[in-house]
Amino acid sequence: MYVFSNRLKIASFVLMALGIIGLASGFLTVPKTVDEAKAIVASQQGGHGESHGEAILDELGVPKSVQNTEEAHGAEHDLHVLHQLQSRPWSATMVAAFFFMMIALGALVFYAIQYASQAGWSPVLYRVIEGVTAYLLPGSIIVLLIVVFAGTHFYPWQDKELVAGDQILQDKAVYLNFPFFVIRALILVVGWNLYRYFSRRNALLQADAVGYKPYKENFKISVIFLLFFLVTEAPMAWDWFMSMTPHWYSTMFAWYIFASMFVTGITVVALVTIYLKGKGLLPMVNDRHLHDLGLYMFAFSIFWTYIWFGQFMLIWYANIPEEVTYFVMRIQEYNGLFFGMLVLNFVFPILVLMNSDYKRIPWFVVTTGIMILIGHYIDVFQLVMPSTVGPYWQFGIPEIAAICFFSGLFVFVVGTALAKVPLRVKGDPFIKESENYHY
Amino acid sequence: MAAKTIHAIYTDDDVLLEAVKRTRAAKYHIKEVFTPFPVHGLDAAIGLAPTRIAIAAFIYGCIGLVVAIWMMNYMMIVDWPQNIGGKPSFSFTQNMPAFIPIMFELTVFFSGHLMVVTFYLRSRLWPYKKAENPDLRTTDDHFLMEVEFDGDERELRELLLDTGAVEVNINQK
Repeated sequence: MYVFSNRLKIASFVLMALGIIGLASGFLTVPKTVDEAKAIVASQQGGHGESHGEAILDELGVPKSVQNTEEAHGAEHDLHVLHQLQSRPWSATMVAAFFFMMIALGALVFYAIQYASQAGWSPVLYRVIEGVTAYLLPGSIIVLLIVVFAGTHFYPWQDKELVAGDQILQDKAVYLNFPFFVIRALILVVGWNLYRYFSRRNALLQADAVGYKPYKENFKISVIFLLFFLVTEAPMAWDWFMSMTPHWYSTMFAWYIFASMFVTGITVVALVTIYLKGKGLLPMVNDRHLHDLGLYMFAFSIFWTYIWFGQFMLIWYANIPEEVTYFVMRIQEYNGLFFGMLVLNFVFPILVLMNSDYKRIPWFVVTTGIMILIGHYIDVFQLVMPSTVGPYWQFGIPEIAAICFFSGLFVFVVGTALAKVPLRVKGDPFIKESENYHY
Repeated sequence: MAAKTIHAIYTDDDVLLEAVKRTRAAKYHIKEVFTPFPVHGLDAAIGLAPTRIAIAAFIYGCIGLVVAIWMMNYMMIVDWPQNIGGKPSFSFTQNMPAFIPIMFELTVFFSGHLMVVTFYLRSRLWPYKKAENPDLRTTDDHFLMEVEFDGDERELRELLLDTGAVEVNINQK
């Protein structure tokens, strides 16, 4: 039985408190007027240069005549910059909030797959995975609140004036309108949490049950959840991320976010398993289980890269102006992060985890796991920041504070959930196979 | 030296695996095991050295990658540069994203095919090779364990029958 130690509890509270202070200062210090925004941009110029100027417009193939009219609209441009700077604390919060929510959600999908496929190797890990997915409820509610209240900080299509002058957004208004957006967000968050609630309840009932009724029920709801998830994950990706750039679209996008979600979820499950095993609390988990978790980390890192590259190469090769804008922004303004995350998310796992023996050495898996987590934080950063704050990004107080707050909350929620019930799984029909697992 | 071998036949892979462990624990030398399909953990149970095919596969993959890079550079940049989709092929690095699928495919191709060839060579398999199975049933649903022994066979026969062998044959050489 795991005991959530006071030291860890205090640490998580300190992280949360620091996070709240940092986020508050981030929200309070945003520029309120155009002049303040100009001052901030001027102080940033050293870092990011003049790249937002003519060079980009030339690169994008914007004719000189149009560029000149842009300059005539200088005041409008300044307003736009002000708006982007005001979006920064929102974006910082969203990146960290979604990053930790997707860990729980990815782990939940992994959990459902174990039930739906009646996997024989994994039942010893069920309590650990349930501990990680406990964060889904607070995490998804926070993300829901952020996307609903972010308004035009994230979603230009919610700006009525903009839509009035934009034919494409008017055509998309059937789908991209605020009431429908909120309804969709509610449906998916409620659906995921219902599955998490009932599957956990059934799993615990099975421990003392006579017969396999709770298990069978779990099998059924897991299959239904997987169907539901696959249908709802795509609107989630479109609504929460793709609609930040409402003209741009990619059919790979939903898969791309799913890949990120899945690999981070499994990575955290592996890390928590190693942590608990290190404390001697999971005697029934042997190095074969660790090996399989490492295998999943390895496989889905490659899967993520495959999707990333599939999306990138098609757009890069076709070179259609309205499609490449997405990558032009990321490559020009976020170059180091954009290609750096490929190293963390692909090169590192493939080289470290390729050898079968290395997957059984805990510190190898932990190191790779931390690299994957950093890499996928950057990945989410790349999803949000370029679309909301554009070139005026920084990694400063709001971003770090958001990570502090949500990691504190994550540790607190997961630790509490793990400490609630004994970690040894009982009553599952496959538990004996799982405890004797070897391959 | 061990001049004689004994053939013990089993009908289940788990029984066979257990029998291998017990026979080895009783200090008999297992010369060979014939199975109709790969049995997980059998190599370790017999005491074979860990396979090095993974290392070979990695090296073959690297060779494939290098060949692909050289090939694409020669074809698309050096020999016959073309302007495809507004991307003139004058530089390998700038055109590289388009070559990645080929690099990936050739890595897999080299790794896979050379691994099969290596496996056949190491196992001494080639076309028209005569089968070495002492018993044809090992290609269908039986497992055969070949054990070397000196002198008295009765003790070994009893041990083997006790481990669940359905048939034990002495093979005089």
